[in-house]
Amino acid sequence: MILTQRLSKRFEEVHSRREAALIGYLMVGEPELSRTLDYIRALESGGVDIVELGVPFTDPIADGPILQAAHSRALGQGVNIHTVFQVVRELRKSSEIPILLVTYYNPICRLGEEPFARRCSEAGVDGVIIPDLPIEEAVSWVNQARKYGLARVFFVTPETDNERVQKICEYASGFVYLVSRYGTTGPSETLAPTVLPLLERVKPLLPGDLKLAVGFGFSTRTQIELVVRAGADGVIVASALAVRVAEGASPEALAEYIRELKAGTKHISSQIL
Amino acid sequence: MAVKMPAKPSTPRLSELPVDGHFGEFGGQFVPEILVPALKELERVYKEMSVRFDFQSELKALRADYGGRPTPLYFAKRLTEYANGARIFLKREDLVHGGAHALNNALGQALLARAMGKRRVIAETGSGQHGVAVAMACAVLGLHAEIYMGVRDIERQKMNVQRIQLLGATVHPVTTGSQTLKDAMNEALRDWVTNVPTTYYLIGSAVGPHPYPMIVRDFQRVIGDEIKGQLLRREQRLPDLLVACVGGGSNAIGTFYPFVNDEKVRFLGVESGGAAALCHGSIGVLHGAKTFVLQDEHGSISETYSVAAGLNYPAVGPEHAFYKKLGRAEYITVSDQEALEGFRLLARFEGILPSLEAAHALYAGVQHAQRMKRDQIVVITLSGRGEKDLETVVHHDTHAALE
Repeated sequence: MILTQRLSKRFEEVHSRREAALIGYLMVGEPELSRTLDYIRALESGGVDIVELGVPFTDPIADGPILQAAHSRALGQGVNIHTVFQVVRELRKSSEIPILLVTYYNPICRLGEEPFARRCSEAGVDGVIIPDLPIEEAVSWVNQARKYGLARVFFVTPETDNERVQKICEYASGFVYLVSRYGTTGPSETLAPTVLPLLERVKPLLPGDLKLAVGFGFSTRTQIELVVRAGADGVIVASALAVRVAEGASPEALAEYIRELKAGTKHISSQIL
Repeated sequence: MAVKMPAKPSTPRLSELPVDGHFGEFGGQFVPEILVPALKELERVYKEMSVRFDFQSELKALRADYGGRPTPLYFAKRLTEYANGARIFLKREDLVHGGAHALNNALGQALLARAMGKRRVIAETGSGQHGVAVAMACAVLGLHAEIYMGVRDIERQKMNVQRIQLLGATVHPVTTGSQTLKDAMNEALRDWVTNVPTTYYLIGSAVGPHPYPMIVRDFQRVIGDEIKGQLLRREQRLPDLLVACVGGGSNAIGTFYPFVNDEKVRFLGVESGGAAALCHGSIGVLHGAKTFVLQDEHGSISETYSVAAGLNYPAVGPEHAFYKKLGRAEYITVSDQEALEGFRLLARFEGILPSLEAAHALYAGVQHAQRMKRDQIVVITLSGRGEKDLETVVHHDTHAALE
């Protein structure tokens, strides 16, 4: 099966508007399961180009306190992988926005890689991000994801040397997730000092069909502008959205905040056009 | 671009595992990308140090002069008479400095931390024994230790918390999740993700991502190596059965591994009934390794309960998972009540207070000895001493008396 077209087409559209993609995250079950779809639609109406949906897990070791709390609230409502597929199917009735699932590996392992990939594809998922699956353990997953046309997003961090970046590019499709700094997920007001040098180092190593999205610590328009000017094809905002949803922001208020962030993506540098 | 499947290797002997970080289908490195280079570097330094004479001789000297090794292999005469079956020997890891086998591993890995130039050491602890051992090893080598411990365990293992602090280490109380060993390990991993350039993560059991299960096993195999030498000298033969408790499984793998090619020596691993990943779990991934895990049908990790904080863990070392799958070792469970009975047996018949973790092995070992022949030999690894558990045991006794 060919890679789902929604994701690559979206990157092309965004690029042709001289923008970078804004990628917004929501844990399925937030702020409560009956309202999750309203909030996903709010992400879209605010200007998010690509949606990441979180699958809750009991032991999210790469997440900071904000997303940890979201994981446990979602589990408390009984959200599981099947709930997530149901939400995606429901959303697909009215939206063609690219959808990526973010899940730790154990729920995939429990279901089996093949059934998981198949159900992702059937539900209308475009790709999967697995925070605890480095390429060394991903050979069979990559084959399943390829079989079902799912984008395979892998991470590159300040610890990843150039040789390893190139190896990761062989496994990845869709985009590479650049981790801006050391640490777990969580919002920050400032740009991590590690991110621009990392972006500058990694960007030239990517093959043309692989996009680069930066995440971890993004919550302001200014931060987004800085990395977009430096060449990021996309910026991922997760905890900054999650904390607003958790604190009771309405879908309208969330969309308003996203418009502000989205404005930061409209400054791609002339040199990369 | 195509990803090549690695060539299938010919079947290695059990003693040669892990191959490429895996014990059969188990083990591996299921960790965030940011940790992968650090794990590769750890493996590289470990392999270099494992053949360096200066490293090995410093470890040997510390184990002997500071740690009190070798520990005795004690013939438990009165316990044997009570069981009226096989002869019972106790491997006295409770006599290691600090009161448990934990120091064997902590000293080895603290030396690795120093060799890697990392002066900040973090660790998780459940019963507090690993925390104490890390605090000791760091004190003696001039490193700085920070220990993550669940608040439920802090409550029931107060004495060890005080010991860790008196030894100069910091205790970080963990309030997330079930507030026990699993969650302490989550927090330690989050710390490591944040501070990986400056920090050494000193994992306390044969769990976690490769190369930890291998490193911890290799530093703990001194238990089994000594048993073998001591028993051959004394009895001119190998044991029939080795018994050890299994939480993550470090004292058990240290006991079993040197005998893995001695096919007539049977292995018995004893899990806590409320936290029995091998006996009641299914295949999953937790804390970086594929292994047996207690989980629900959707892959959420289950909460566990054990009277022994050190056994209260929902997964198990991947090498045990492989031994189970191959049938090389047998794994059984012992209930909290049975473990408390094991505690009392050893106290009354031999004048030794075992840790509640070791009491699981003791109970199961005596049960098995009763069904074995008098010319057979059972060795039970007494992984730790019981002072830390007195409050728990007395509390249970009071309850029993009231009922």
